Amino acid sequence: MRIELSKRPQQSKLFSALSPFLAFSLMVLAGAIIFAALGKNPVDGLYAYFIEPLREVWSLHELAIKAAPLILIAVGLSVCFMSSNWNIGAEGQFTIGAIFGAAIPLYFPDFQNATVLPLMLIFGALGGALYAAIPAILKARFNTNEILTSLMLVYVAQLVLDWLVRGPWRDPAAMSFPQAPRLHSWAVVPELFPMSGRANWGIVFAILAAIAVWFMLARTLKGFEVKVIGQSPRAGRFGGFSTARTIIFAFLLSGALAGLAGIVEVSGAIGRLQPQISPGYGFAAIIVAFLGRLNPLGIVAAGFVLALSYLGGEAAQIEIGVTDKTVRAFQGMLLFFVLACDTLIHYQIRIIRPVASAPPAATPAVEAARGND
Amino acid sequence: MGMTEAILLTIATAATPLLLAAIGELVVERSGVLNLGVEGMMLMGAVVAFGTALTTGNAWLGIAAGAIAGAVFSLLFGFLALTLVTNQVATGLALTLLGIGLSGMIGEAFVGQPGVKLGAISIPVLSDIPLVGRLLFGQDPMFYISLALTGGVMWFLFRTRAGLTLRSVGDSHSSAHALGIKVIAIRYMAVMFGGACAGLAGAQLSLVYTTQWIENMTAGRGWIALALVVFASWRPWRVLAGAYLFGAITIAQLHIQATNLRDLADWPAPLFWIAEAVKSIPSQFLSSLPYLATIVVLVLISRNRRLTMMNTPASLGRPFVPDR
Repeated sequence: MRIELSKRPQQSKLFSALSPFLAFSLMVLAGAIIFAALGKNPVDGLYAYFIEPLREVWSLHELAIKAAPLILIAVGLSVCFMSSNWNIGAEGQFTIGAIFGAAIPLYFPDFQNATVLPLMLIFGALGGALYAAIPAILKARFNTNEILTSLMLVYVAQLVLDWLVRGPWRDPAAMSFPQAPRLHSWAVVPELFPMSGRANWGIVFAILAAIAVWFMLARTLKGFEVKVIGQSPRAGRFGGFSTARTIIFAFLLSGALAGLAGIVEVSGAIGRLQPQISPGYGFAAIIVAFLGRLNPLGIVAAGFVLALSYLGGEAAQIEIGVTDKTVRAFQGMLLFFVLACDTLIHYQIRIIRPVASAPPAATPAVEAARGND
Repeated sequence: MGMTEAILLTIATAATPLLLAAIGELVVERSGVLNLGVEGMMLMGAVVAFGTALTTGNAWLGIAAGAIAGAVFSLLFGFLALTLVTNQVATGLALTLLGIGLSGMIGEAFVGQPGVKLGAISIPVLSDIPLVGRLLFGQDPMFYISLALTGGVMWFLFRTRAGLTLRSVGDSHSSAHALGIKVIAIRYMAVMFGGACAGLAGAQLSLVYTTQWIENMTAGRGWIALALVVFASWRPWRVLAGAYLFGAITIAQLHIQATNLRDLADWPAPLFWIAEAVKSIPSQFLSSLPYLATIVVLVLISRNRRLTMMNTPASLGRPFVPDR
C-alpha cells in the first residue's frame, strides 16, 4: 500500500474551511487514546479537558486571560509566516516586552497617574519590536537564518529576566524570593468585569489587533505586499516591493504584538516580574497561527482553543490525576494534525493498494514500469 | 589528573552531544530535507534512554533504545514532510514541540531518580600516557561513537556511490528522480539516520553528561546543532571543529562561574584584575554565551552570500511531489 498525491488545479474551498476542525477532531481522538494508555477513562479525561473549563463563569474569565497573549502573538506571527519570515522567537520578544514595560513603574515608583499604563503598553510593544529587529536586520542585511537567531534570543531573554529579578530588580521585602516588587495599582491592566472574574482588557486588545491586521492583510497594499513576497519574492521584486523592507516590517509588527502580550500578562494576570512569566505562550502561538490558517479572524477562534488546552490540562490534573505535562503533548499533536490536514487543501490523496485495483488515471504500462515502491 | 586534562575531558563530554546531533542533521540536510525537530528528537532519545537504563540497569540498552526512539520519532516528521509534503519548517517545529511535551509526560516518573551511568572505557597502558592518555584512550564510549560516526559519514558521503546518490537527491530532486533514483525512499532513510543520531545525542545527555532526567534538559542544544550544520557549510569535519568550539565555550563559562576568586590570590596582579573583572559579570550573562556565540557565528558565516549559496544543498527544504 502506498500513498500518492496529485495536485489539485485549485485549492479546495471545502478543505480550507474544514481542515482545522478535522485536525481538532483528530487531536481529541488521539487524546482519548493517550488517556486510555495512561489507564484513565477517556470520556472523563476529555470531559475534564474540553468541557469542564467552560462550565463556570470564573473559568471563562481565565480562558480569556490565557487566550489574550496567544491571539496577540499569533496575529503578528501570521504576518511573518505569510511573508515566509520564520520568527520563532516570540517567547523572547514577549519576555523583553514585559521587561521594558515593567521598567517604568519599577524605576519611577512615585510616578502614579493615568498615563502610566498607556506608557507601559507602548514601551512593552517597543521592547518586543526592538528585540525582533535583531533577527530581522541580520536576515535583511547578512542573510542570516532567522529561525536560529530568533530562537537563540529566546534563551538570552529568559536569562536577562532571570538576572533582573534575582539582581537589580529584586524586591528587598520578598525575603530571598527572586521576584520584582508588585506593580502599583495605576500600572495594572484593569479587569473587564471585576464582579465575576479576573479577565482584563488584554482580550479586547487582542481582538482589536486581530481585526486591524485582518484589515491590513485583506484590504491594503501593505497586506498585498506581504502576501506576494511570501508566495514569490521574485514576483514581488518585479512589482517593486522590497524583500528587506517586508522582513523588517513583519518582524517589527510581530515583535511589537508579542511585547504587548508580555507586558499585558505581567501587568494584568501576574502583577509583577518573576523568573517564569509564560507557560510557553510564544511557542503555543505558532500552533495558534497555523490552526487559524494564518487568518487573523481564524486566529481569534484558534487562540481560545489553545487557551482551553491550558485550562484543560489543569482541570485534568485535579479531576482525574494525569500530569499537566499532557498539555504540551496535546498542543504538539494538534500542530501535526493541522499540517497533515492542510495537505488536503492542495492535494488529492489516493491510497493505492498493491492489489489489481489500479487507479484509472495511470496506464498499466506506467504502473508496471514504476514497480512496487 | 591535572587541571588542563580535566578541562579538556569535560570539553569533549560537552561537545559530543552537539557533534552527534549535528552530524545526523548534516546527512538529513545533504539529502535536501530540513528537519528542525532535532531538539524534540534529542529529548525523546534522552527520556527513553534514561527510562530503559533505569528499568533494565543496563546503560548500553539505554543507548540503543535512545537511538531507536529518535529514529522512530523522526518517522512522524518523515511521514508528514515527505509523504504528505507539508511545510518542512513548520513540521520540524511541530516535532520539537511534540517532543518537548511527550518527553515531559513520559519522564514525569523519572524526575529526581538517580540514573545509570555509562562508564568510561580505560585501555590499559595507553590511557596512562600523560596528558593525552585519558583524553584519547580513557573516555566514555559515546565519545568514540561520535568520532566514528563523523568519520563514517565523511567516508559515506564523499567516497561511496550511495553517498553520491544521497547528495544528488539533495542538490536536485527532480534530476535525481528523472534518473530513476527513489528520492523519497532515500530521504526517509536520511531522516531516520538523523533521528537515530539525535536520539544518541539525547542518550549521551541523560546517561553520560548528567545521569539524570530533567524536563527540557537539552536546553537548546538541538538548535545549536542545527546552527553548527550551517556554520560547517554542510561539511562533516567542520561540524567536528564547530562542536568542539561550542563545547569549549560551554565549559569555559561553567568554569568561570565555578571558580572562586580566593583560589586565584597568588596570580600576578594584572591577571588577577582580569579574573576579578570577569567574575563580576553576572552568571546569567555567562550562561547566555553559547547562544550569543551561535548568533555571531551564523552572522559571520552567512555574510558571504555567494559562498553560502554554493554550499547549501540546492533542494534544501523544497517540497517534492514525484510527477506521474
